[in-house]
This record gives sequence, C-alpha cells and structure tokens, in this order.
Amino acid sequence: MSKKLLSVPYLFWSALFIIVPLLMVFYYGLTDKSGAFTLANIAAIASPEHSKALWAAVRLSLISTVICLLLAYPLAMILCNMKVNHSSFTVVIFILPMWMNFLLRTLAWQSLLEKTGVINSILGALHLPPLQIINTSNAVILGMVYNFLPFMVLPIYNVLVKIDANITNAARDLGANEVQTFFKVILPLSVPGMISGITMVFVPALTTFVISNILGGGKILLIGNVIEQEFTQAYNWNLGSGLSIVLMLFIIFNMVITAVTDKDGEVSIL
Amino acid sequence: MIRQILRKTYIALIFIFLYAPIATLVVLSFNNSKTRAKWGGFTLKWYQELFQNEEIMQALWNTLAIASISAVTATLIGTIACISIQSMKKRNRAIVMGITNIPMLNAEIVTGISLMLLFISVGAHFGFTTILLSHITFNIPYVILNVMPRMKQLNPSTYESALDLGASPLQAFFKITFPDLLPGILSGFLMAFTMSLDDFIITYFTKGPGVHTLSTKIYTEVRKGIKPEMYSLSTIIFVTVIILLLLVNYSPKEKKPKTQSKKG
Repeated sequence: MSKKLLSVPYLFWSALFIIVPLLMVFYYGLTDKSGAFTLANIAAIASPEHSKALWAAVRLSLISTVICLLLAYPLAMILCNMKVNHSSFTVVIFILPMWMNFLLRTLAWQSLLEKTGVINSILGALHLPPLQIINTSNAVILGMVYNFLPFMVLPIYNVLVKIDANITNAARDLGANEVQTFFKVILPLSVPGMISGITMVFVPALTTFVISNILGGGKILLIGNVIEQEFTQAYNWNLGSGLSIVLMLFIIFNMVITAVTDKDGEVSIL
Repeated sequence: MIRQILRKTYIALIFIFLYAPIATLVVLSFNNSKTRAKWGGFTLKWYQELFQNEEIMQALWNTLAIASISAVTATLIGTIACISIQSMKKRNRAIVMGITNIPMLNAEIVTGISLMLLFISVGAHFGFTTILLSHITFNIPYVILNVMPRMKQLNPSTYESALDLGASPLQAFFKITFPDLLPGILSGFLMAFTMSLDDFIITYFTKGPGVHTLSTKIYTEVRKGIKPEMYSLSTIIFVTVIILLLLVNYSPKEKKPKTQSKKG
C-alpha cells in the first residue's frame, strides 16, 4: 500500500476545486469581456461608488471588530476566573448562539429592530419615543457584533486559560499591583488570541453582504453587496472578480499579520 | 464583593444581548397574531403550517442530505489525505497544508464566486450536485485539521510492530492506527456536518434556481417579508441545537488509552 497514492484523491480534489477556481477569479478579474488583458476591473475600485462601498465596509467592520474586542475581553477574563466545573458549561452557553443558523439570528434582530418591531412596541407601550435604528449603518454594526462576538471570545479565552497562575502570582510577589499585572503580564501574553479573534471577526465582517442586506434594508452598500450584485444581477463576472481580487488583498494582509504574530499556530478556534 | 457583583452583571448583560433575539423568535412562534407588535394568544398553528409547507420541507431535506453526504465524503477524503500528508517530506507537507488552509482563511464570498465561475466554465447544471461538490470542498479542511493533530501523536512503532507480528498493512491500519485516529475523525465529521448545515454564502452562489437549502430558503423568505413559520422553524432548530450540544457535552468522555494487555 503506497502512501503516496493515498494523497491522490485529495490533491486532485483541491487542485480542481480550490486552485483552479481561484485562478479563474484572477483570470476573469484581469481580462475584459472579449478575453483581452486589462487592469480596468481592478482599477474600478477607485470609482466613487465602489470606493464608497469599500470604505463603508472597512469602516463598519473595523468598528464592529473594536466593539467585539472590548466586549469579549472582559467576558473571556471572567470566564477564565470561574470555577473549573462551571466554566466549561458557561463557555458553551456563550458560543451556543453561534450554532444557530446565521440567517435566523440576523432575522431575529430584524424582528426586534423594525419600525413596528418588538423593541418599538415595548417602547410605545411605555410611552417612550421609538428607536429608529433599522436600515442604518448602526443596525449593520449591531448585526456584525452579534454574529461574530463568539469568534472573538473563544480565541481570547483559549489564550487566557493557558496562562500559568504562577506567572501572575510572581508578578504580584514582585510588587506589581493588579493593574500593572494586567498591563505588563496578562495583556501581552494574550496578544496572539486577540489577533486571532480580530482576524476571525474582521474578515467575515468586511466581506458580508447578508447582514447589510437584511439589517441595512438595501440602503447600506458594502463591497460584499457590490460583488454579489455583479455576479447575481449584473452578470458582470469580470468586474465582480476584479473587485474580489481587491478584497483578497485585504484578507492576505490580515493573514500575514496573523502568521507573523502566531508562529506556533497555538491559537485556533478548533 | 463589589467586583463579584460587577462580574455577574456583565455576564448577565452579555447573556441578555445574546439570547434576547433568540427568545423573541421563540415567543413569536407561539403568537396567534400576524403582527409582531401584539400578543394574540398562544397557538401552535405556525408549527402546523411549517410542516405543511412543502417548499420548506424540501429545503430541510436538501440541507440534511447535503450535510450528511458532504460530511461523509469529506471525512473519507480528508482522513485518507492525512495518512499520506503525514508521510510527506516537510516541504511538500507545508505546501499541502497551505492549500488546505485556503478555504478556511479566504472570504466565503470569494470561495463562493470562484466555485461559481468553475461550474459556469465547465457548463455544469447548477443544482443539488454543484452545492454538494462545494460543501465537500469547504468541509475537507475541517476534517484534516481535526485528524492531523491525532496523526502527529501516533507512535509509528506500534504500527510497525503490528506488521512485524504478521498483520497485513490494512489489518495494521484498522486494528492499530484507526482506533487512535477515531476521536479526531469523529470531531472532524461533526464539524463538517455543522458547517454544511449552517452554510449560506457558498450555497447561495453555487445553487440553481428552484433548489434551496434551509439557509437560502430563509434568505428569500426574509426578503419577501417574514412569515411566522420562520419563527417556528427557528425555535425547532434552536431546540435541536441545544439537545445536540448537551448530548455531545455530557456524553462519556474519551476512554483513556488501554494498557497493551489485549492479544492481537
């Protein structure tokens, strides 16, 4: 039984369904409709509507990533300090929503936020002014934070759990107060977890088109929406591929940062 | 003391943030009134209508079929691949693992459109098969990433001694290697299955008209305006997820490696 032969099915599969499709994105992105080489599809990102969509996506995903980080870090710390028999159950509780269908979660927020939705009927019953957040970029940020928060909690938690209690005890013995211990010991040690969490939140937030469609009511156009429309409505695959290449540059940039900071591959969601 | 209260409050607030939307869906699924704003009494009629809605039932069937077939296929291909990846030279192994990571690190929308372009260029008929092929593709990495760590922990001497003692390579694999890999294979399979169940974006770009999985069905329904059946569907899915997670968490833990007392 030659072990080399065993790799054939997978190598064949990944060549056909991973490598070739990616090359096709590059082929379409770098040619025009007649098949001639062009950079116009990539340069199209500079046009006002496309750069506006890219800028909106970058802005909203950065804001959501920061909010996720600020919410997740204290949560991960609290979870870490819990008694062992409680903590694994609590962690499950906080990642449970992640296992629920992503569209249903977003749908839930739509029902809550709508003009005649649940929150506004409660506010109305209390004679309070209605909340007008649906179809704004704030609703999209809320949707992103809600959907991707578990992706931030898990990697940070995984790093914090591994920090040896002796290290923090040593810092305290040597005279550091609690704040100093946090900033000089715990925070630096948890950087890989934060970076991994940031990647896991930033990439899907940057490229989403679903959240902006459902909670933005078609008024918020992100780069993901533009690409989706080029493929499913305008049928301009060349332009759509060109814009995807630009999007991939952001992802590669993000991956490089992750690779540099997480050399051992210790932190992962798995 | 104050710190303890602050901690509990913070956990409670995040808990509310995470579960309020889900609780809303559950409550609305029993609401006997078309408008969300009013409580019209308790009813189970949305559950009845859900089960009578043939399109949703068909989408559910498609989702389960695609998730099972793609997870099984991905587990087979992925596990076999791991055996050979382990015996590769360091450089080749790095290349193969790099390729394996592409679908996990790349944006789903890019994976989706790249597969769409592939299927268009070969003139494939968009439907069940194209979704299935795509799901197998993004499922294989989850299997490999779960099985590979187990593979690395294997002690090659046990496999070799089985061969020395007269086992054929196949016997040695199934009696020695396979049981050690099993936990990794199982968790890889489960992860692949859930990823397939939950996928929307890649399915959206590789499905044909008229073929739906639950995700794409929900998406078209949401755009048309939410029907209460969707709430009952959410409730059922949520309850199922809870039960599955409880089962996984409280199932007997992995057995400790046995002492080598059994005779082969």
